[in-house]
Amino acid sequence: MINWLRRNKSAQGTLLISPTLVFMIGLLIIPLILTLIISFGKRSADGNVIYSFGLHNYIRLLGVSYNCSAGQTVCYDPIYTQILWRSLTLAFNSTVVVILLAYPLAYFIARSHPSRRNTYLFLVLVPLWTNFVIRVYAWMMLLRTQGLINSALAWVADLFGRPFTPLEMLYTPGAVLIGMVYEFLPFMILPIYTSLEKIDGSLYEAAADLGANAVRTFLRVTLPLSAPGMVAGTVLVFIPVMGAFVVSDLLGGKQVILVGNLIQRQFLDARDPTFGSAASLILMALTLVVMFFYTRKFGFGEEIAIT
Amino acid sequence: MTDEFAVEMQDVVKRFTTPEGGILAAVNHVTMQIRDGEFFSLLGPSGCGKTTSLRMIAGFELPTEGKILIHGKDVSQIAPFQRPVNTVFQQYALFPHMTVEQNIGFGLEMKGVSKVERSARVSEALEMVRLPGMEMRKPKQLSGGQQQRIALARALVNKPEVLLLDEPLGALDLKLRKEMQLELKSLQREVGITFIYVTHDQEEALTMSDRIAVMSKGVALQVDKPEAIYERPATKFVADFIGETNFLDGVVRGQTGSTVEVDLPGTGTVYIESSRTFANGQQATVAVRPEKMTLNREISGGNNLTGRVEEVIYIGTDTHYGVRFAGSHKARVREQNVTQGQKALASIGDEAVVSFTRTSPRLLTE
Ligand SMILES: Nc1ncnc2c1ncn2[C@@H]1O[C@H](COP(=O)(O)OP(=O)(O)O)[C@@H](O)[C@H]1O
Ligand SMILES: [Mg+2]
Repeated sequence: MINWLRRNKSAQGTLLISPTLVFMIGLLIIPLILTLIISFGKRSADGNVIYSFGLHNYIRLLGVSYNCSAGQTVCYDPIYTQILWRSLTLAFNSTVVVILLAYPLAYFIARSHPSRRNTYLFLVLVPLWTNFVIRVYAWMMLLRTQGLINSALAWVADLFGRPFTPLEMLYTPGAVLIGMVYEFLPFMILPIYTSLEKIDGSLYEAAADLGANAVRTFLRVTLPLSAPGMVAGTVLVFIPVMGAFVVSDLLGGKQVILVGNLIQRQFLDARDPTFGSAASLILMALTLVVMFFYTRKFGFGEEIAIT
Repeated sequence: MTDEFAVEMQDVVKRFTTPEGGILAAVNHVTMQIRDGEFFSLLGPSGCGKTTSLRMIAGFELPTEGKILIHGKDVSQIAPFQRPVNTVFQQYALFPHMTVEQNIGFGLEMKGVSKVERSARVSEALEMVRLPGMEMRKPKQLSGGQQQRIALARALVNKPEVLLLDEPLGALDLKLRKEMQLELKSLQREVGITFIYVTHDQEEALTMSDRIAVMSKGVALQVDKPEAIYERPATKFVADFIGETNFLDGVVRGQTGSTVEVDLPGTGTVYIESSRTFANGQQATVAVRPEKMTLNREISGGNNLTGRVEEVIYIGTDTHYGVRFAGSHKARVREQNVTQGQKALASIGDEAVVSFTRTSPRLLTE
């Protein structure tokens, strides 16, 4: 048996992937198929699933409504398309802001003395030791009307004898953006750092030798060679933000509802698993489409980008 | 530009703080002048400060003390990208994300040369390194030897006043290295640019250079033509590093004019011609190349020392004889095998006479 395995390369391969394979089939493929089946069904009066085949949940998600005013039977209800669009733009904006914040930091770490780099990377990871929900609550404490930031501003205003009305920061799209950026920053810093750290130092010298100043060296050498890190980081940030719901729940409240919140509510509050399933699949499809075009253009971050 | 020296190093010192916290003078009071248009080599063992010297000329390191002049202009404090020099890096340092054309054209692009002229000059440079038509390749798609030529083209296309090369052939296999040595030399003659070439390979330096600076421990021991370095080494280190040398330690017993009498304790007395003046009782070393010694062919008016053969090594073109003298001196004698079926001049255990003229040795004190 052992000898047979030793000789048989494909049996070795099967054996190696089988734990993952079992896991993936049991916990991903089968649930996905169930989700698909449920999404075609109908909700019963007591919140159970009636299995049938219909595209009504998808039609509803795309904005076709039958609860219309004044004699219309069919009308356009933008609520769900708005939610999808909001999730998409938020994921895009978060990714951009995260790149802008992560890049200089990753650059600083990669350029610092090798003996200090591990300390910095350690510090980047320290926040991940605390439960994420607790850290989001901390943001609530900061952003509340009576929160730390407003108190501080009030104190300063008082110092100058000016009137002060507290800023409304919590439950705004801005608060959700801050939360997302905060949550996913480390996932961008690490891959960018890795690709920057890999760049051979003599390439910077070669660029200088050939007459490039610091700015041009950065634009022509550093940036293109660290693009794989940005691409990998984008995949790691964009996809989870698309599906996130905790941040928007706590920092956005009822004002900033994302697809994630919509799905969560269908399952827990509205008790319509069929609509929730359809929304989940639409979210997945949307994410896949964006990532498909993105990775087709940039790869998965393993190849060196071509300028 | 009228200055006859392409590069001058004036009393240059470079100190580093070592990771252990000590201070290390990688380059220690080096002064040398490199003439315009010459092929100049920095030769020395690993760690002697060759790369550091080159990097100071390129501008990647600033001298701790002293000045560096390029065509008479002090560049000591000028940034690398503003210096009229280009470098061929040891590991080539080609930009992996750019094509060959973009790599070679990079320097011209930085100077604002138009795209049309750039691509013409890039093809010209590729012709020069005998890799025409390689424009669209990526560095990864080239062999080591080809990458080396691209690195050369990338530097030369800018027509620098001085080209700096740091062991550019170090990563190539022996055959390719020999080929590239000749090619580099003829290329240098063709373009007429001053080359400063770093190597630890004495044969390479001797083959290619117009002049060589032999370095050791941050100091330039001797700067001269290859023949002069080989025939008239200034120190024991140079004599030992360049080719093979027999060292016979002795004491000066007297000097009449240019003839110095040296006692080799236990072995005998020799007479050496030297232009220097020695004091009686001074320690001195007689340095003689193995090929300048003969076995069992006494030279009248020369030096003839009797010893015992300990070793006979036949290497085809020559036979080497290891001879030990009565004092603790040893010598290796190289005899050419001129005639076919030539018999060995001596066998192990034989007594033999080792001879050399009065002019062939160097009498060295340091
Ligand atoms: N940046 C540096 N920091 C500390 N020591 C250095 C540095 N660069 C070179 N050295 C030391 O200086 C000496 C000369 O180095 P180098 O010029 O590279 O020698 P070579 O090129 O002749 O082999 C070596 O002992 C090396 O360890
Ligand atoms: Mg070196």
